[in-house]
Amino acid sequence: MLFPSGHHPSSAPRVVITGAGIVTSLGIGWETNAEGFRLGRVALKPVTLFDVSRQRVKIAGEVTLPDSLPSMQLDARQESRLDRATKLLLLAAHEAWQQSGWKLCAHLPVVLGTTSGGMGMGEAYYRQALNTPQDHRHQPSRVIQYQAQNQALTLTEAFGFSGPINIIANACASGANAIGHAWELLRRGACERLLAGGYDAISQLVFAGFDSLQALSLTQCRPFDAHRDGLALGEGAAILTLETLDCAQQRGAHILGEIVGYGAALDTHHLTQPHPQGDAALASMTAATRIAGLTPGDIDYINAHGTGTPMNDVAEANAINRWAGDRSVTLPVSSTKSSIGHLLGAAGSVEAVICLMALREQWLPPTSTLQVVDPTCAFPVVQKPTSAKVEYALTNSFGFGGANASLIMRRWS
Amino acid sequence: MSRVFVHGYGAVSPAGWGVGPLREVLTRAAPLPTKGHARPGWEKPLTVRQVPPPPSRPAFLTHARLRRTSPITQYVVASAMEAIGSDAPLVADGKLRLGIVLCTMSGCVNYSRRFYDEALRDPGTASPLVFPETVFNAPASHLAALLGTPAKNYTLVGDPGTYLQGLALAADWLVEDHVDACLIIGAEECDWLTSDAFHLFSRHVILGDGAGALYLKASANAGALAELQCVTDSHLFSRNQSRAQAAQQVRAQLPPESKNQLLCDGLRNVPKLDDAESLAWQEWCGARLSPKILLGEGLMAASAWQCVVSIDALQQKGYSAASVSVVGCNQQAIGTHFVNLKIGI
Repeated sequence: MLFPSGHHPSSAPRVVITGAGIVTSLGIGWETNAEGFRLGRVALKPVTLFDVSRQRVKIAGEVTLPDSLPSMQLDARQESRLDRATKLLLLAAHEAWQQSGWKLCAHLPVVLGTTSGGMGMGEAYYRQALNTPQDHRHQPSRVIQYQAQNQALTLTEAFGFSGPINIIANACASGANAIGHAWELLRRGACERLLAGGYDAISQLVFAGFDSLQALSLTQCRPFDAHRDGLALGEGAAILTLETLDCAQQRGAHILGEIVGYGAALDTHHLTQPHPQGDAALASMTAATRIAGLTPGDIDYINAHGTGTPMNDVAEANAINRWAGDRSVTLPVSSTKSSIGHLLGAAGSVEAVICLMALREQWLPPTSTLQVVDPTCAFPVVQKPTSAKVEYALTNSFGFGGANASLIMRRWS
Repeated sequence: MSRVFVHGYGAVSPAGWGVGPLREVLTRAAPLPTKGHARPGWEKPLTVRQVPPPPSRPAFLTHARLRRTSPITQYVVASAMEAIGSDAPLVADGKLRLGIVLCTMSGCVNYSRRFYDEALRDPGTASPLVFPETVFNAPASHLAALLGTPAKNYTLVGDPGTYLQGLALAADWLVEDHVDACLIIGAEECDWLTSDAFHLFSRHVILGDGAGALYLKASANAGALAELQCVTDSHLFSRNQSRAQAAQQVRAQLPPESKNQLLCDGLRNVPKLDDAESLAWQEWCGARLSPKILLGEGLMAASAWQCVVSIDALQQKGYSAASVSVVGCNQQAIGTHFVNLKIGI
């Protein structure tokens, strides 16, 4: 039963990460991405997926997909029909699955975050429906592929397991909410392991949308810079295999890290603009630290939402200043959106994996495009590749509609 | 084990705004008339059952956040406000932590289509006012702003079974004390694009739109109407499990039929699509409601209507309990069971 769930542990189990897969414009897989984020490489390039000639901005963090996917349990027909978003999702899931050492299992919940599912398919459907209304070729397939639940079902078929499937669409906080919700499911004993993360592919509608809002940078995405002028869009996916500590230890799994806190709050200030003082961000960070039994003094690094828009960064900086208090002046913060852009529904999960990299490899990813730090930032913004002792890392994700989420991860040693 | 109770319900449907018109349609048991929905490029319109205009302009539309909103947001807000009733001021006063779970399949399709159309014509003039309203969680955000709640707020997408997953999620939030109360809303809005897409799979399905909302709390104090006894597992459709098998699994997990019990199913009067659910419940002898036959295929809204009419029937007709069966479009079969508190079972 989903409710009431049968097993209620007397104390919430610890939740560990045993596999992590990541796909961004920096590349596919942990190694390539870790190297890129450690050095602060920028992987933004001219958009090739659709016509941007009439857009104000013409670059984004496009992923270069491989010619073929790794071997999974999909037949050739299924594989030939996969849309871009599903490919990103499967690539990330494959890496996480391999890393976890999981074998086939019947029951495995999935929690995914996305903002637009297979929007590219929806766009193709609309164009054909409008331009050649009597022509239905390929249209049924597009209808199916467009839907986020189909991408999740494809994931279950690719790895041979059965859900349940939960898809959270909380705009750009979706990926963080998905991991946070998965963490809560494990802690309340709903299951012993599950797959969680986020994915989104760049689509014309979303690109045009952010451009219409004049939210895209006309120069270079520079989070927390005093002269920042907007964000860059990107695409990608990150998937984590999560399990209870007991479950992981019983099977002798290699543990990558631990999730220790999650907080979520809603900003009702405006549909697209955060409260200038970052009230909801403060609430989500406070909730995450409280449930983790930590204080801001325990956190060694924050991977900020840091989109590079004037409004987001000042609100987030205010929230971090208020949350951290005196600790602000020594608490390293950076935004990796300078490297890969804003991955929307994938952002929270990708940035969780970046935190995991920082925890495992003991470095801080720089915001390498930063030139002049915004004076609102009471904290040091990491600008250059930096080695550091990192025991706890916090990542923030905020989205349209006021969705705010914070995750805290701990180094596994 | 902590228990969870239904304290309110609301609906907007092709029958009208509120549970009253919905109840009247179910009492008459006659399918609502359909109407044509123009489809660009086709001479013949598509057939739909849409929400009629409200009898008077809803007061909430004067709120700054709601003036430009699409129909789905208006349905969400209207059904939620009916469900929460007199508790709404407690939220704004900070006396009640209210969570929101919004479930949708097609989401804000009116504005998405409109914005994409504008972007294709000339991205330079595509409206920045429309784009933010295209995101799935816009309706839930507007509702939270209207009620003044900063508490947990999730938008779930999936096929219509997702509404019952939303009920389970809300119940867990209540049991875990994340919130004091929770609104769970299922909503859709009609658009020629969605009707066109369904037309490719079945010409007999008539889409409808609207919303349904349940208001849950973990206390059985005054005002509790029914108990949410269970939500079954989500039984996925896959190459290893057919729709019929998934529907049977739901049937097996729900309590056996008992005297004076109601079944609210999701049948549409479209044999091929109904087969799995019909088979699973073929031995049911008791009272039965099939609201989609009267109202249209409202997707996520229809799953919410099923729950709403079940609770309403417990109140109005005195059934002891009600089971709800949802066999979704392309993801899952799932069920839930409510017990009438007045009967005291």
